Amino acid sequence: MKKKGVDFLLLLGSGLLVYCLIASLAWVGVIDEYYMQLLSVAGVYIIVALSLNLITGFTGQLALGHAGFMSIGAYTAAIFVMRASLPLLPSVLLGGLVSAVFGFAIGFPTLRLRGDYLAITTLGFGEIIRVVLNNLEGLTGGSAGLQGIPSFSDTGNYTLDAIIKFSWIFAFFVATVATISNLIRSSPGRVIVSVREDEIASTSMGNDVTRYKMIAFTVSAFFAGIGGGLFSALIGYLNPSDFNFLYSVNFVVIAVLGGLGSLTGTVLGGLVFTFAQEWLRVLGDFRLVVFGLLLILLMIFWQSGIMGNKELSITGLVRRIFRKGGRAQ
Amino acid sequence: MSIPILQAKEISVVFGGLRAVSDFNLTLMEGELVGLIGPNGAGKTTVFNLLTGVTPLSSGEIAIRSSKDGKAHSTKGMKAHQIARLGLGRTFQNIRLFKSLTVLDNLRISMDHLRRTTIADAILRTRRFSAEEEAFTARSVELLKIFELDDKKDLLARNLPYGEQRKLEIARALATDPKLLLLDEPAAGMNPQETKDLMRLIAFVRERFQLTILLIEHDMSLVMNLCERIAVLDYGQEIAMGTPAEISRNPAVIKAYLGEEEI
Ligand SMILES: Nc1ncnc2c1ncn2[C@@H]1O[C@H](COP(=O)(O)OP(=O)(O)OP(=O)(O)O)[C@@H](O)[C@H]1O
Ligand SMILES: [Mg+2]
Repeated sequence: MKKKGVDFLLLLGSGLLVYCLIASLAWVGVIDEYYMQLLSVAGVYIIVALSLNLITGFTGQLALGHAGFMSIGAYTAAIFVMRASLPLLPSVLLGGLVSAVFGFAIGFPTLRLRGDYLAITTLGFGEIIRVVLNNLEGLTGGSAGLQGIPSFSDTGNYTLDAIIKFSWIFAFFVATVATISNLIRSSPGRVIVSVREDEIASTSMGNDVTRYKMIAFTVSAFFAGIGGGLFSALIGYLNPSDFNFLYSVNFVVIAVLGGLGSLTGTVLGGLVFTFAQEWLRVLGDFRLVVFGLLLILLMIFWQSGIMGNKELSITGLVRRIFRKGGRAQ
Repeated sequence: MSIPILQAKEISVVFGGLRAVSDFNLTLMEGELVGLIGPNGAGKTTVFNLLTGVTPLSSGEIAIRSSKDGKAHSTKGMKAHQIARLGLGRTFQNIRLFKSLTVLDNLRISMDHLRRTTIADAILRTRRFSAEEEAFTARSVELLKIFELDDKKDLLARNLPYGEQRKLEIARALATDPKLLLLDEPAAGMNPQETKDLMRLIAFVRERFQLTILLIEHDMSLVMNLCERIAVLDYGQEIAMGTPAEISRNPAVIKAYLGEEEI
């Protein structure tokens, strides 16, 4: 009990530390608005990539349509904010819920099949959602896009706005990490991972593997939807064509880059991905070529990603330092 | 006390054109230790897969007495996990551990079907959740002690030596809290000393947890010494069933094994 309390405080403390550091650096102007926006975008990407890692990295089921879930969350949140004048927080949560309902509906027929059916179904789903959003012009604005989505903050002070936006994203990021990591490190979470390891062995030990795949997939869709909702308020503009297949692949890239089955890896992967993509902009049209080549090289020489399936643990680090200190005395 | 715990009637399975198991009958009485033998490819593992519901039956019927309500349940229409929850545990011939998980987690995964807390408890880390986790862990460690694996509980399963992986498979099956245990060549690849120790261990857990055991094994002397009854399969068909003494002088069995190995 005591040890767990310490763990929690350490995590809370380090989270707060990172947040305060970034916020104060932004306040004094060391991090400008452009980089704050970039960090916020990275935060959204990380949330969606974490959700993907839950189903693909931990459960072992490849999903290729997370842009679809993200767009459902984005449009749901935006429509509730704009058309129903609902505040942002419940709108974002509703975006997650609606996305989760879709996840459940797709997973139900698909996840009882073994193999790569989920990859194919989610791929098709992502494309269908895009076409549907394009054609529901009355609601979504169709291919012209949805403009003027209210932002998290509009005080007129750019620095303050950037900090407030970042704060929202950061809070959701922390909640996502906490939820997924608590889920994974629990009895149902272990069964979820056992599905990846050996489905037949897991069923033979009395586990309803289909049910656990459903749980993982629905939770995954929920957080992808949350990411979408945050995205809509962060960018202020939505267009169905942005949420295409390549956009889904971005999240797969982040999860693989960081290490499938590692949450901290996904966080690092998301940061590297977002910043690399931005910095490679100087290359103009060659950007995509170079980016693609880099990824191919990375996957050939560094298959398990940045973290493999290990976690970077602050509490572990602190404990190690203290143990060392203790021994020295 | 002779109540049947498992009854398989005329079970068959066809793979493509191959009748891998053909009208196989088997009754296991509570507390028995029965051997299932036969030449390579005879269909022994397939029988296990049929009994556990991993492979669906082409025809026939299986009834298992549940460890929960003590009643016989037909496994028709049941999924493998539902059959397992009747109190049926198994190991695999080609070790199927959760390789990149720890020894401890391999066991705890077998206990999830006993879980009473919800996923919300897990996410919010409630007191109930912690208490249950501790209970699962304590039970796992207790089981691991029997197999002398408790001091390796934090190792990844894939890092265990081969013999210990086989033992962990048995421990994991026991963690489901079964009354009926199916062991598919548990001593395969072990040296004579390891095999001897393992057999002592199997006898011990059988007593301790009051198990009924069905055992596939290639080592004849071992089967003959350990089992009370033996069923012999050849080309998917049961060619003999009886005590070790009866089996060893059964002409059909001797014929099936000629050129395979001496009994
Ligand atoms: N899923 C399957 N699909 C097709 N054929 C199969 C399948 N499973 C088993 N078989 C075939 O059924 C036959 C029986 O195989 P099984 O593994 O049950 O034999 P076994 O008695 O366990 O042999 P061994 O002693 O080598 O383990 C073999 O010819 C095998 O190739
Ligand atoms: Mg076999």
